[in-house]
Amino acid sequence: MATHHILNYVVPGDDFTRAGEASSAVKNTLKQLGIDNAAIRKVSIAIYEGEINMVIHAGGGTITVDISDQEVAMILQDKGPGIADISKAMEEGFSTAPDEIRLLGFGAGMGLPNMRKFTDEFNLQSTLGIGTTVTMKVKF
Amino acid sequence: MKIKEIQDILEAKILCGAHLLDTDVTHACAADLMSDVLAYDHSSSVLLTGLCNPQVVRTAEMLDIRCLVFVRNKAPDEQTLELAKSKDIVVMTTYHMMFSSCGLLYQNGMRGGA
Ligand SMILES: Nc1ncnc2c1ncn2[C@@H]1O[C@H](COP(=O)(O)OP(=O)(O)OP(=O)(O)O)[C@@H](O)[C@H]1O
Ligand SMILES: [Mg+2]
Repeated sequence: MATHHILNYVVPGDDFTRAGEASSAVKNTLKQLGIDNAAIRKVSIAIYEGEINMVIHAGGGTITVDISDQEVAMILQDKGPGIADISKAMEEGFSTAPDEIRLLGFGAGMGLPNMRKFTDEFNLQSTLGIGTTVTMKVKF
Repeated sequence: MKIKEIQDILEAKILCGAHLLDTDVTHACAADLMSDVLAYDHSSSVLLTGLCNPQVVRTAEMLDIRCLVFVRNKAPDEQTLELAKSKDIVVMTTYHMMFSSCGLLYQNGMRGGA
């Protein structure tokens, strides 16, 4: 039986300065487990973009990470406004972020495309008024 | 080039990580939007930016960037510096603007990442 490390985080939606704490904790755990650096890089980018999205677009959410000896599986779930047009949201450069978010360094419309690019499996489910769930896997 | 040389070239002031100036860094990138860095540049160990908040440090952490240069005399708040300290990231600030900072480093042999 393969060992699994399961990590759970609550991402607060009201504190931009704390965004990234969950991603940082995940990165540290992967380092401690001796996971390959290239895989850690991919997981870090994908989960951090997802965590930031949760904070700036959805008022926070939860992150679950399952680390096995073959892959890292991530589930990012929020009860935010949802995404009206998913294929549009997946386009590089598409962003609904207001100017104040751009002043904070985000809103290039690159987050979701990055998450897809740096993961081996990427799935985005979203319902308006209900929320958004992103499921991603990085394989070793 | 050593981080110390970056400090000298940019006449920058070290805000934290003074014990790490001997670290070798090869490539640099410059951006104010963090997802652009996250998307396109994974080989740089230096980030020049005019953006000044904790997410710059977080982005650096995710990409294993060793050195942050704040241009136009910007200086991050205490919380941001503490975060950088805890991640062993050198932080410096220079009076040069972004264009000149990049030009000076390039002229001295620093190259862009990919
Ligand atoms: N969790 C979410 N809840 C609601 N809307 C979202 C969520 N994630 C993304 N979106 C929508 O999809 C758009 C594109 O997201 P993406 O992450 O690619 O870009 P961004 O967050 O606007 O900018 P960047 O990621 O480059 O800083 C967002 O502008 C937003 O409208
Ligand atoms: Mg985003």
